[in-house]
Amino acid sequence: PYYTSICTPIVDDCLNVPAVAVGNVGQLAVDLVVSTLNMSRVGYFHTDCLIPMAGNNPYASCKDDTEELHTPAEVYTAAELKLAVLQIRAPILQTRSKRFRQQLVSWIKASGFSRTVVLSSSHAYQRDDQQLQGTPLRYLITPSLLTTSADALKELSWREMERMPAFPGVKDADAEPRLCIPGGGITKGLYTDSCAEDLPLAVLLLFCSEGDNIPDAFALVNHLNDWLHLLDEPNRKWKVPSSWSLLFGSGIPPALF
Amino acid sequence: PRVEQQSSSQSLPFIPLLFPRAVHLHWSPDVTELLRSGNKLQCSSFILAVGHNAASFLSAYVLASANWDAAGRALAWNERSRSGAGRSGEESACVFYRHKDEPSVLICNVTCHIAEDQLFEWTEKVFDCLQSRELAVTVLSDRSVADYKTPDYLCSSSAPFLRSLHSSAFADRPVCPSLEQPNIITGLPAAVLNHCQVHRIAAVVYQCYSDVAGPDSVTVESYKPVLNKLGRSIQVNSPPSTDVLRKFLRSAEIQSNLYI
Repeated sequence: PYYTSICTPIVDDCLNVPAVAVGNVGQLAVDLVVSTLNMSRVGYFHTDCLIPMAGNNPYASCKDDTEELHTPAEVYTAAELKLAVLQIRAPILQTRSKRFRQQLVSWIKASGFSRTVVLSSSHAYQRDDQQLQGTPLRYLITPSLLTTSADALKELSWREMERMPAFPGVKDADAEPRLCIPGGGITKGLYTDSCAEDLPLAVLLLFCSEGDNIPDAFALVNHLNDWLHLLDEPNRKWKVPSSWSLLFGSGIPPALF
Repeated sequence: PRVEQQSSSQSLPFIPLLFPRAVHLHWSPDVTELLRSGNKLQCSSFILAVGHNAASFLSAYVLASANWDAAGRALAWNERSRSGAGRSGEESACVFYRHKDEPSVLICNVTCHIAEDQLFEWTEKVFDCLQSRELAVTVLSDRSVADYKTPDYLCSSSAPFLRSLHSSAFADRPVCPSLEQPNIITGLPAAVLNHCQVHRIAAVVYQCYSDVAGPDSVTVESYKPVLNKLGRSIQVNSPPSTDVLRKFLRSAEIQSNLYI
């Protein structure tokens, strides 16, 4: 009821979904994917769980397509790459987080995606001593997807997201280390729901802080590309969309100086 | 949350404690009767004003001609609702009007705050009552110029100005430039536009960016170019007198004497 298709139903594609998380890195990364691969919009995810917003085409490249209305959650595809993307542009209403996750999971199941990749981030300041060292990128994978992608991941030598002790520093034999993704929004919930529902899902996340998260977005999308090979030609670069301008406000009044 | 379909009376119906934030629509008896029999309101033009200046514009330039019947109101209680006892403060905050001679023209003035978690419900409930074939929606919305992002610094003399956003089904030409990247709209205008985009209804939002926070006659007059597009049934014979304008632009309450 919340997914309205404009055209061609999506079947058997790989789905990328950003989590609304710290620094909006997942969403920025998805912006780069949609913008660079010139993906076409194929549907709206029209739900009451997101804060409403609207604007003109954020990926407009020429005068013809600038005046096209875009909504808080839309689905794009690149048919030749068998790739679908759900872009989420607005925060999830606090009291509807669980419902949004349920809507997402049931839509993923109904659409029959071959696998789902969640792009996310987590607070850098909450890393423990072990996590401070080495790469800030992490992954998670459901058992269902591990069966098909284990070899690819081994080749990439990615680092799996560590389980954290419940009470750091306190020796408690009963407390199992558990998964913790602070600042990740619905990432953890989506992952655990997918494990329970036996969905083939992976999470790619980056430790970061709020600020200028454009470099973080590039880091995450390049990491994704190492696995999915979306951008294969050696000289091809990610294309920054026009909506990324003025991220920190309007121009400065000259009278200020 | 359910839609309360009762006639508007002096005392408000009891709103259950379980869903204090639910949106309730109260229509006039004839509209209620129509909806109860399973029909929808025939509507060819729905004009929505969000904000005091937008609402004052419609009140002074359109509704003042006395060709309009009050058709109902919407109630949406939230933390910003200002009322002493109960909900009485919101009675005039979301009012619907129907044209006497052309009842398919509907106007709604929204001057209260509709919270983020109520926007979707407000939109769905209202549009549920309207038949959507051949429906054209126009939204007028107040906004602060501080929210407008532009690479060249805007000095205050350029405000107030209009910018537009429209759904894909909107085939007409807007009366002002389109909203440039990276600007977006939020709130009730965005919720309505989203609904219209997904349901393929022709809709346009005219957002007025003003440097004055409260009621202001210059801001109100900046909506004038929209009048030509509101349909032939809405005839404005002459610009309203300053007395009429003043009536609608009661100065904002002085909430703080910090800057007297």
